Amino acid sequence: MSVDQATVRKIAHLARIAVSEAEIPHLQNELNSMLHFVEALASVDVEGVEPMTSVMPMALRIRADVVNDGEMAALVTRNAPQSEDHFFLVPKVVE
Amino acid sequence: MTDLTHMTLAEARDALVAKKISARELTSAHIGAVEAARALNAFIVETPEQALAMADAADQRLGNGTHGPLEGIPLGIKDLYCTKDVQTTAGSHILEGFVPTYESTVTSQLWRDGAVMLGKLNLDEFAMGSSNETSHFGAVKSPWRRAGSNAALVPGGSSGGSAAAVAAHLCLGATATDTGGSIRQPAAFTGTVGIKPTYGRCSRWGIVAFASSLDQAGPIARNVRDSAILMRSMAGFDPKDSTSVDRPVPNYEEAIGQSIKGKTIGIPKEYRVDGMSPEIEALWQQGIAWLRDAGAKIVDISLPNTRHALPAYYIVAPAEASSNLARYDGVRYGLREQGRDIVEMYEKTRAAGFGKEVRRRIMIGTYVLSAGYYDAYYLRAQKIRTLIKRDFENAYAAGVDAILTPATPSAAFGIGEKVSADPIEMYLNDVFTVTVNMAGLPGIAVPAGLSSEGLPLGLQLIGRPFDEEGLFSMASVIEQSAPKTSLPQNWWA
Amino acid sequence: MTLHDTSLDIRAMDPKKLIAGATGNWEIICGLEVHAQVTSKSKLFSGASTAFGAEPNSHVSLVDAAMPGMLPVINGECVAQAVRTGLGLNAQINHRSTFDRKNYFYPDLPQGYQISQFKSPIVGEGEVIVDVTAAEQIIVRIERLHLEQDAGKSLHDQSPNLSFVDLNRSGVALMEIVSKPDIRSAEEARAYVTKLRTIMRYLGTCDGNMEEGSLRADVNVSVRRPGEPLGTRCEIKNVNSIRFIGQAIEVEARRQIEILEDGGKIDQETRLFDPGRGETRAMRSKEEAHDYRYFPDPDLLPLEFDDAFVEGLRAGLPELPDMKKARFMRDYGLASYDAGVLVAERESADYFEAVADGHDAKTAANWVINELFGRLNKEGKTIATSPVKAEQLGAIVEMISSSEISGKIAKDLFEIVWTEGGDPRQIVADRGMTQVTDSGAIEAAVNAIIEANPDKVAQAIAKPTMLGWFVGQVMKQTGGKANPQAVNDLLKAKLGI
Ligand SMILES: [Mg+2]
Ligand SMILES: [Zn+2]
Repeated sequence: MSVDQATVRKIAHLARIAVSEAEIPHLQNELNSMLHFVEALASVDVEGVEPMTSVMPMALRIRADVVNDGEMAALVTRNAPQSEDHFFLVPKVVE
Repeated sequence: MTDLTHMTLAEARDALVAKKISARELTSAHIGAVEAARALNAFIVETPEQALAMADAADQRLGNGTHGPLEGIPLGIKDLYCTKDVQTTAGSHILEGFVPTYESTVTSQLWRDGAVMLGKLNLDEFAMGSSNETSHFGAVKSPWRRAGSNAALVPGGSSGGSAAAVAAHLCLGATATDTGGSIRQPAAFTGTVGIKPTYGRCSRWGIVAFASSLDQAGPIARNVRDSAILMRSMAGFDPKDSTSVDRPVPNYEEAIGQSIKGKTIGIPKEYRVDGMSPEIEALWQQGIAWLRDAGAKIVDISLPNTRHALPAYYIVAPAEASSNLARYDGVRYGLREQGRDIVEMYEKTRAAGFGKEVRRRIMIGTYVLSAGYYDAYYLRAQKIRTLIKRDFENAYAAGVDAILTPATPSAAFGIGEKVSADPIEMYLNDVFTVTVNMAGLPGIAVPAGLSSEGLPLGLQLIGRPFDEEGLFSMASVIEQSAPKTSLPQNWWA
Repeated sequence: MTLHDTSLDIRAMDPKKLIAGATGNWEIICGLEVHAQVTSKSKLFSGASTAFGAEPNSHVSLVDAAMPGMLPVINGECVAQAVRTGLGLNAQINHRSTFDRKNYFYPDLPQGYQISQFKSPIVGEGEVIVDVTAAEQIIVRIERLHLEQDAGKSLHDQSPNLSFVDLNRSGVALMEIVSKPDIRSAEEARAYVTKLRTIMRYLGTCDGNMEEGSLRADVNVSVRRPGEPLGTRCEIKNVNSIRFIGQAIEVEARRQIEILEDGGKIDQETRLFDPGRGETRAMRSKEEAHDYRYFPDPDLLPLEFDDAFVEGLRAGLPELPDMKKARFMRDYGLASYDAGVLVAERESADYFEAVADGHDAKTAANWVINELFGRLNKEGKTIATSPVKAEQLGAIVEMISSSEISGKIAKDLFEIVWTEGGDPRQIVADRGMTQVTDSGAIEAAVNAIIEANPDKVAQAIAKPTMLGWFVGQVMKQTGGKANPQAVNDLLKAKLGI
């Protein structure tokens, strides 16, 4: 499998990473060399094999329904690039 | 006291408790060493005032007998661990200036036990790398040099700052993390001991995530005993991490010196890879001989899916990373580049904030998860992981207690030597270590000798799940058997 | 989730449901994805509060703000609530389910992904019985129910070029309940959501509070000519009231019919309903076709539980509306519609049962539905805030049944109890409101009326429906206290009709 330049642009946009036109051929090469590297996996027989879902066999632990966190708007917004009245501010979003 | 930085962690601990030295003296000596070693670029942030304040508090507790097991021990912290009120960057421009309001579980356990923080250690950006050259804060130089050469060498990665700082005696031990070999490979490159414990043994809470199903915290120290001492404080159940395993933490130090007589060590034939250098092969044979001499039984084993581990890793790790790194979007913390609209803001921020290697991995991870490719790549890789794990389970079921392999395919290389080449050449550094992460097993790298160029080489022991104690006792056999090596002349201070 | 698989289309076409276009009739096909906020104190994966109306970003933990290194830990009560709801929907409970990440970028989605259940939901197929009208009942099949995180909220009207992001809702547990495309009209959709809301309120798993956004729906609408294959659907996102769900379906169906009748084709797209303008419009932020890159969340393990867990929850379930309705019909002899009205809210059903306790159930049902509900509605009150308590209404019903008071007096009495309160029996006694059953007194009044109106007597003999006029006159004369049945009987005897 190999990717074309349109796919590179699409992937970059999905990942929200700006790429210049000049970078595209290079990125395309890198992606294709990675895909080539993993190509051999296609021939591994995985018939009937369960995908790994938990590295150590154990049950999901559940927590009790108690409120014991939050109430720290000032701390939550302390590192914000732009904030006001404990809101995070971002460029206007249109729906 | 000639040089307090030349004590081992265990020696320093005992001297502190015996009040032969004070935590302030010990910490001051290390602060001096850190300041003198800036040429290594091992630290991103130094925290000398905090270190002295912590040392003074430690002296108080040592004075009144309320001290913990690490009281007064100066440590370096990989800058992937969030530290309250101290900048945490993950080696990335996108987190430059980020000051957590919280402390990671593992570091909070170290401070609970009395340890002292000297600062935050350099690393590959988001722990993605095997040479510490992808850090936004510059490459770390290994304190090691090839015999008769001044060429700067990599300390390995991603925990390169940790390995270099420990090797250069800037701290008595350091925290590190390992997703595909990031503790063991730099430990092997710098002649230090590094253990990646069983997945779930250390809490991941408060450690910047790279690939959640592979990441584990662990220590790097100058010998096996010191790493066992650190491991005890770092390990433990954390209800804030759903993948943390609830089982008691043993006193790992007690495993040091335990006889390994009657233990069965497996030698996997699949680790004899193409183009492996004869000196690595010789080192491996030497390790086998040492363990046999100590009474272990050596058996040949097969782990047939080994060769699939590295390619499968380079699907699973980038896929998880592409999702884990989505939160770095310029909204709540970290870098923001202005854009005309929200999408442009995201795209410019992430293009400027992430370095080349991180962007590359996010791209590949995004691709393998995207519509139409998930089954062929991610799902298949997770099935292959099951096969890899099964290989190990079969070996352990057949009576193998641990598996001995080389830690790396070569000794450390020069800074810049591999950066321009195909990234896959760099990825091959992890060929012996990734299998362990894929299966969630514990693995330890222990120094075993020097290369023909005078550089450290390490061996790796892979254990049964949660048998870190077994690894410590076997690793200490290798440590005792191996020739004593010493760092070259202190050229950095 | 994708709806509208033709093979799922099991409902027979009903001509009454068709809507007329310019060139003929059309059938609406609709499926709903209802997002119901789980009733819990803390969030799905963090210990922050779910309470509504807090200061910005105050009910936010480090996990909800997706700070580096933060990890999710699941709230067991949210799991239990999802299972209870599944049981209430007669659905299959999956003993093993998994959490997946749905990846996309949006400022109120701090992790850059929503933790949801894509591949293996906690609840599988089920069904809901829906009373569309007094005469029509349909079954809407449930495709699945899964747990997921809510997103935060962006305010767009605070500044001309900035949006303000508040993460208080970020991480609150939602149940997404996906129906099969079994809905054929706006009316059915409203009745279906109303029924879901009723079931969840009975279970205590979702408060159904529309104003606070506890219940929202993504509405999938397509139209087709009767008998033809399914058309292209549009998804109308995030419609936040039952009334708007109905309106959105109507206007969207109209829009699609117009396009199709003009020879156009429907683009499969996501649209928004604008209640102010009464129309749907394509979302402006169309962007690329969504590619959510679902994969199992590696921070979580599969969620597994055993039969004992499910059976324990089942044992704790209250009587659900369908069971209660059946019991009301069986035990109280109520009509289906009346029973349905009474069980729509657990509080009204309880109120009714208290009123009916030991009294005539049909009279009780009449009074609760007509007098009480009517009055509560008019004054914007609820059962909980009703000035007339069940014991008081019960006393009124008892006095009616035992003919102590007439229906008319009962209405006056209800008014007095509503405005002044007090023990209805005491009021009747104090104010002499007892019905006159003394046949002597009634006979005197009857005789007086007959004597005074010979012309009307002649008319009544010719046309017996005139009897009502005589009854009215007698009642007037007795101040409404005469027993109407006794008056009736006596008049008939005297007039010989
Ligand atoms: Mg949906
Ligand atoms: Zn949803």
